[in-house]
Amino acid sequence: MADENRKLAIICSKGTLDMAYPGLVLANAGLMSGIEVEMFFTFWGMDIIHKKKQKKLKFVPVGNPATGMPNILAVLPGVSHMATSMMHKGLEKIDMPPVDEFLEMVHDAGGRIWACRMAMDMMNLTEEDLVDEVDGVVGAMEFLEMAEGAQIIFI
Amino acid sequence: MATLADLNLDTDGYLADPKDWSPEIAELFAQELGIELTDRHWQVINYVRQEWEKTGQMPTLRRITKQSGVPTKEIYKLFPKGPYGKIAKLAGLGKPKGCI
Repeated sequence: MADENRKLAIICSKGTLDMAYPGLVLANAGLMSGIEVEMFFTFWGMDIIHKKKQKKLKFVPVGNPATGMPNILAVLPGVSHMATSMMHKGLEKIDMPPVDEFLEMVHDAGGRIWACRMAMDMMNLTEEDLVDEVDGVVGAMEFLEMAEGAQIIFI
Repeated sequence: MATLADLNLDTDGYLADPKDWSPEIAELFAQELGIELTDRHWQVINYVRQEWEKTGQMPTLRRITKQSGVPTKEIYKLFPKGPYGKIAKLAGLGKPKGCI
């Protein structure tokens, strides 16, 4: 079992499908092993907690050498759509839940979900635009206060 | 009455051989963990045992919350602070390694 006081603060700043999972997996793994978890969503990471965008996150192969696909092909119409649907299949095969269900799991397990006030203002979002799991909208200073003593992971 | 000291445990303090498990052993681990086992706890433990007997593996926590009839929120109340490891221990399985 984990140290009673161990705490993780995970900052999610990216909104592509492949970058949504690392934060969610770590948050969930932390909670499963008894570690307290705070998740802070900012910039493009806001898409992960955005009601309308959450289910439509894309995997974009352009500029990603790990896919083995030449960029000149990766920019073609439909390629991102195809790569996204392949990633969904791969995730399903290893029993990974879709992003909306995953966030709900983390929240039900006691993980706290925070939205960045500055990103909200910049993107003209209101709390109505965000999924129900969001515990509140906070500024960077408030988040750092909450994250005191935590191990911070930036994604 | 057996105690934990009579059991063959691995280095992490889990039951070394899942085949040695019995409900009495789950009660011993429950005492160690400070958990009083209720019917809801047993529902989870029995589901995990059944799955282990079928597949030889511990089901993921996601599967447990979806198929044992005990949802995530309740699992974290029944087995607070690290439910996955505690369920594995109570069900006589080794320390879990999964990500989900």
